[in-house]
Amino acid sequence: MSVQPLYVNDDDFFPSNDDHERWEHQGYEMVVGLEVHVELDTRTKLFSASPNSFGDEPNTHIDPVSLGLPGALPVLNRHAVELAIRLGLALNCTVQKSTFARKNYFYPDMPKAYQISQYDEPINANGWLDLPDGFRVGIERGHLEEDTGKSTHVGGAGGRIHGSDYSLIDFNRAGVPLVEIVSRPDIRHPEQAKAYVSELRSILVAVGASDAKMEEGSMRVDANVSVRKPGADFNTRCEIKNVNSVRSVGRAIEYEAKRQIALHEAGEPVVQQTRHWDESDGKTHTLRSKEDADDYRYFLEPDLVTVDPGEDWIERVRAALPPLPAVRRRELAEATGQPADSESVMLVVERDQDAYVLAAGADGGDVALALKHVKESAELADAVPSKHLAELTTMESSGAVTATQAKTIVEAMIAGDHDADPEAIAAALGYEAMDTSELESLVDRAIAEQPDAWEKFCAGEGKAMGALVGAVMKASKGQADGKAVTALLNQKRA
Amino acid sequence: MTHINDTTTLTAAGIAASVRSGETTAVASVQRHLDAIAASEADVHAFNLVLADDALSRAAEIDAAVAEGQDPGPLAGVTVALKDNMCTRGIPTTCSSKILGDWRPPYDATVVTLLRDAGAVVVGKTNLDEFAMGSSTENSAFGPTRNPHDTTRVPGGSSGGSAAAVAAGFASVSLGSDTGGSIRQPAALCGTVGVKPTYGAVSRLGLIAFGSSLDQIGPFAHTVDDAALVLEAISGHDPGDSTSIEQPPLDLRSTLAQGVEGLRVGRITDLPAGASPDVQGRVDEAFDALAAAGATIVDVEVPAFGYGLTAYYLIAPAEASSNLARFDGVRFGTRVSAPDTNQMYMATRTEGFGAEVKRRIMLGTYALSAGYYDAYYGRAQKIRRLIANDFAAAYAQADVLLTPASPTVAFELGDKSSDPLAMYLCDTYTIPSNLAGDPAMSVPFGTGDGGLPIGVQLLAPALADATMFRAAAALERHAAQNGVSS
Amino acid sequence: MSSVSQRITPDDVSKVATLARLTLTNDELATATTELAAMLDHFAEIDALDLDGVEPMSNPTHLVNVMRDDVVGAMLDRDEVLAAAPLAEDDRFRVPPILGLDD
Repeated sequence: MSVQPLYVNDDDFFPSNDDHERWEHQGYEMVVGLEVHVELDTRTKLFSASPNSFGDEPNTHIDPVSLGLPGALPVLNRHAVELAIRLGLALNCTVQKSTFARKNYFYPDMPKAYQISQYDEPINANGWLDLPDGFRVGIERGHLEEDTGKSTHVGGAGGRIHGSDYSLIDFNRAGVPLVEIVSRPDIRHPEQAKAYVSELRSILVAVGASDAKMEEGSMRVDANVSVRKPGADFNTRCEIKNVNSVRSVGRAIEYEAKRQIALHEAGEPVVQQTRHWDESDGKTHTLRSKEDADDYRYFLEPDLVTVDPGEDWIERVRAALPPLPAVRRRELAEATGQPADSESVMLVVERDQDAYVLAAGADGGDVALALKHVKESAELADAVPSKHLAELTTMESSGAVTATQAKTIVEAMIAGDHDADPEAIAAALGYEAMDTSELESLVDRAIAEQPDAWEKFCAGEGKAMGALVGAVMKASKGQADGKAVTALLNQKRA
Repeated sequence: MTHINDTTTLTAAGIAASVRSGETTAVASVQRHLDAIAASEADVHAFNLVLADDALSRAAEIDAAVAEGQDPGPLAGVTVALKDNMCTRGIPTTCSSKILGDWRPPYDATVVTLLRDAGAVVVGKTNLDEFAMGSSTENSAFGPTRNPHDTTRVPGGSSGGSAAAVAAGFASVSLGSDTGGSIRQPAALCGTVGVKPTYGAVSRLGLIAFGSSLDQIGPFAHTVDDAALVLEAISGHDPGDSTSIEQPPLDLRSTLAQGVEGLRVGRITDLPAGASPDVQGRVDEAFDALAAAGATIVDVEVPAFGYGLTAYYLIAPAEASSNLARFDGVRFGTRVSAPDTNQMYMATRTEGFGAEVKRRIMLGTYALSAGYYDAYYGRAQKIRRLIANDFAAAYAQADVLLTPASPTVAFELGDKSSDPLAMYLCDTYTIPSNLAGDPAMSVPFGTGDGGLPIGVQLLAPALADATMFRAAAALERHAAQNGVSS
Repeated sequence: MSSVSQRITPDDVSKVATLARLTLTNDELATATTELAAMLDHFAEIDALDLDGVEPMSNPTHLVNVMRDDVVGAMLDRDEVLAAAPLAEDDRFRVPPILGLDD
């Protein structure tokens, strides 16, 4: 059987990536690839009709296939294939004819003592994922495989295997459909790794393939990390497991890279091994080593037949794909004038609230202001019709209400006051545009009441203005427009 | 000394007809077979488990249904024995191994359900070579089965118990499984009909797997018509088996009596040598019989035929090494306690598996292992393709092929058990059909040395089971009408 | 006479036994090595065949795309299943400490 691709150096690195920042430490850089397992959002398991759901009574979602009973046979779940195609297309992969293979090894949570996976011919191959800042990470493959059961270890410290008296196995999870997404080792910075995981998650959720929750185990990230002098061939790598959050991805990779750099510097070899990330001590640890790395003896699964989706199915899935996060960010960015990878654009798209912002624009509002409010108040999109937000932004941009007043109105709208009608709320709060003479008299009074501040401000100390503006705001009960006050002060100084 | 009871003169078709019409009762039919078991089972040891009470109560249900005017099905009241590698719900299923202990499956194999729905009555689970690995049933953990024609001799294997049960008259029909000849070879040695259908024609769901790409379930019977009757009842698409052909049940009986006028029967000119003269003599007579009945004999070549043995003994153990890994003491069966899981695996499997099973697991593991895959398993799969291609070419010129089934008549117990390679040669003529996925069957055709039964093997291309049966029926008619020299 | 040949060594057999989770005594190891070597010698006839360009065949089936709908079906009764377990506790299958197997 063919061997997995062996990367020696950057021959296939996307040229546009060269402009991006690389992490560097003592003259070394990191080379990172990520393997992400995602649980597919199907009703039933990959090869049998037991339910695929989280957190139920142990061993209640079992059948002969999930338990690996003698005489049981697997039958492939069509919807799992559909979701695999969806996520493959969303990651720009080629969706191809694929076959299943047995990966043979003994472990108590492996009911058949082999896992049905895909080896030579995975369903998805040769794609990529662009990070929000444009860095492109290649994706080697995305293949279907079944999940294992879960073991609980009794008697050891912290529920660990080491020192345990015995273990208990629950097979509810055995057979749950997974797709393993393997990236190329293109990542050169911990932030890129984190961004990759976040973006991948957004894509998976957007296409409905998985809820991809690291905290629930429906998305699991393993990192392959090595280090090298820039431009040199790749060195031995280690696989890091037990990374349970986006933040841990960055920390674990950085720790491991530094650990390996220290070894290289000391002239010691980096041993190829699997290491565990320990969140509590911030280090990776080697597990008690096995005598021999297992030889998985992959061979084609004789109980299953080839899967060949064909053009019709693939195109149907492609046509039904929703707009992906990157596209939505671009659209929102263009509409609002904010960069696509700015915090507000990223956050609003992640929250699925971009359509709402654009709707406010379509309803005649100021889209940039709408974005600002939606970013600042997460509940706005669900609580208030976009029409009302549009109205508010119009009131703001015309100067009818100040920025501060607008914020208060937003809170009131969310609370449902006056049917969330901004005009009504503004009126009820007594917000009216202050006329210029009223404003000017407040400014004059502030100057009179704070002669020291006025003197400093006239002398050129911009900071002194704060006290004056503050006094005006207080006297006006917040109704004064801060910008107008500043303009008046500057005018009077001149 | 033979142990052939008079129940062997009855046909399943006849029994079903008379039970359905009310002429006989299912209980009476079952009782006759239980009496035969009582008379001879101690000497033959066909069964791991006799289900006398279950059988009688099931028979009573069938009689009650008939009395109410219902039709219990085409196998009403027919006694059937099941090879003990087919799952029967709530009933111990051992694969004639110690490792399964007293395990009772929580579900029935599909064929078991189909038999029951057709009105058949299961009288017991039959002995086999452990996990279906063997050609003599001497590898059973529970002692060998003996050939009812001569109890100093083997019944063949691995479905020796099922073959003997029919030969001795313990059941009208039985089911076996055939991975490299495990139905056809014991059928030949015991003088019964034995059929391996087209791969995928019969569901494997509930059959405890040995070689997944090779295994098929099939019937033993006294007559070709009975074998057809059973195979019709157990074949057909099963959505629970992904390799199950998307076809309705086989239609075999409707063309059975059509004869062989114009049928092209192929003689494989480059067939490997090894058949004893008495066996070869019967095969030659079979060609003559078919020619006399109107068939045309043609010479064909199947150049890769002889490599089948090697390919099989790399592929089957490889698949088996994986299929048998689930016997690990965690979820079912026996467990030998140990301080950690890894040692538990080793102790349980070492203690629980017999020598031949361990031998094949190691051979299969080696054939798949890193560095050796290409040389062994990889090459074996290519030879498999060559064999399939060669058969396909032969079938352009012939409708069926005719060969020996077993190279010899039944050999004595202990004769080959110390020489695994010698034992493997028993499968020389049966293996290639499994590799190609094509149907094949053994038909009794005279006797050989010592008056022991001989079977000749018919082969046909995939899905041409009915043609194969038609030729088998012609041979059977000839043997009955003209006799076959002994 | 080293007829057993280089084809398979006791070390190979020992590794294979470990992969298959089987323990062999020294005598059994020696016997197994002899037996397996003899078999592999017999099988060596295939070394000479020209198999270039021959597509391997892993299953005789011609079926493609056999799939089922994503609908929940019948499950096993937990009590029945755990009753058949060699050792169960807390509605789960109990095994001795999982050492030397890694995570």
